[in-house]
Amino acid sequence: MDVGEVKKNTKVLIRGVPHNVESVDFVKPGKGRAIYRMKLRNLFDGSLADITYHSGDELEGTEVTPQEMQYLYSDEGSYIFMNTETFEQQAVGKDILGDKANFLKEGMMVQTTMFEDRAIDITLPIFVELKVVQTEVALKTATAAPQGKSAILETGYTVEVPSFVREGDVIKIDTRSGAYVERVETGK
Amino acid sequence: MSRGLRRESRVDERGRLHQIRPNLEKRELVYQNTRLFFKEKGFMEVETPVLTPELIPESEIMPFRADGYFLATSPEIYMKRLLAAGYQRIFQISHVFRKKERGRYHNPEFTLLEWYRAGGNYRDMLNDTGELVLSLALNIAGSAKITYQGEAIDLSLPWAEFSLPELFQEVAGWDPSLSYDALRFDDDLALKAIPALPKDKPSVLIDYPAPAALLAHLKNDNPALAERAEVFIGQIEIANAYSELTNPEEQRRRFLEEITRMGGGVALPQKFIDSLSYLPASGGIALGMDRLVMLFCDAATIDEVIAFPLGNI
Repeated sequence: MDVGEVKKNTKVLIRGVPHNVESVDFVKPGKGRAIYRMKLRNLFDGSLADITYHSGDELEGTEVTPQEMQYLYSDEGSYIFMNTETFEQQAVGKDILGDKANFLKEGMMVQTTMFEDRAIDITLPIFVELKVVQTEVALKTATAAPQGKSAILETGYTVEVPSFVREGDVIKIDTRSGAYVERVETGK
Repeated sequence: MSRGLRRESRVDERGRLHQIRPNLEKRELVYQNTRLFFKEKGFMEVETPVLTPELIPESEIMPFRADGYFLATSPEIYMKRLLAAGYQRIFQISHVFRKKERGRYHNPEFTLLEWYRAGGNYRDMLNDTGELVLSLALNIAGSAKITYQGEAIDLSLPWAEFSLPELFQEVAGWDPSLSYDALRFDDDLALKAIPALPKDKPSVLIDYPAPAALLAHLKNDNPALAERAEVFIGQIEIANAYSELTNPEEQRRRFLEEITRMGGGVALPQKFIDSLSYLPASGGIALGMDRLVMLFCDAATIDEVIAFPLGNI
């Protein structure tokens, strides 16, 4: 495609590697040649690159497709997902998942991003429900002021929760911020 | 598209137009004050065709075609034909069209303010620009000091001036007036020279290499340089001034070279070239109105000062 057609979130192939266009800065002196300064994210390893293109340059567009998959388990820095229709499994590296790994619970369904036949990223549901496996018992105090404490969840993720949350409770987490939202089930 | 979605996008447009209304009101004030400014200086407001059979051949400006005609990429051809017919001081606020120009500071349809002074030169145009921008600031912002995207800018006169060859030697390590390389010049101007200009006051880049000034008069004491200058505010290109080339043979020769660079297939603007025989020594300048309005509105993108921009950035 012509460089002029490339927009934010267009997917392009650079030396065979899919990249997401994070931003396009169009620079053109009135009488001069158009310059496109792009920030591109490598969709294999998540790294960012700044590349400058000029008017007339051609880029190779590409497609990525969403595919719902089930998270199975993690193994030495890889996270294994399965297509529940074909039973085909895919490994996604920890460095690509980043903080998303904090919210992956075995058996959970997530949206993966497929490039050709390879899963290169996942999209989490906005809310996930996770069990509290460890937290202190709150001291009863006379004040009604809300007091926070930390709790460790079944995925190993540590989050601030209100003092009334106990071990065994299931709580809702906003995966965008990583914050506690509410208690959905009381344990024991 | 479902009915619900269509309804939602309509609400979005109404919301956006409501949100930018203060900017469009300021835009109107800029136009009113600009017209008053030129009226007080004895300029006549003119209108020239947007639909035109001939264009200036410029390799880096792509026109829209319209059924055998073009949409004007600037009013320059007609403004100079008026000067050649004896009009002395003229200005115009016109819509112009340039294909594939879209970004934070670009919309393919945008508004140019052009004005010309018979008997003037590029210095006179720069003086006018300083006075115009300062008077707009005082009348609209109530102060010569404005804030644009978190940066304080003092629009007081005089503005900082930088010789283009000297700036290039300093930031890019070469003098484009000695050996010109168009691609290298465009890149270094956009990526090295402009980012080196001060952000806290307007700056003027003056004296461009002759090959980078297709319609400008060359300096009498150094024909490697053209009497071309550009105004930048907050490192944003605002205006481009020339002492106008008045020699038809020279203009024709430069156009033919440019057409060769473009790979041919472009017609010479013959009526324009013919009119140059009558063109007095003149100064002319084109100023991007949308960008000037952006500065006074502290607008991050051109879309925030245009009611209906084309598509998305």
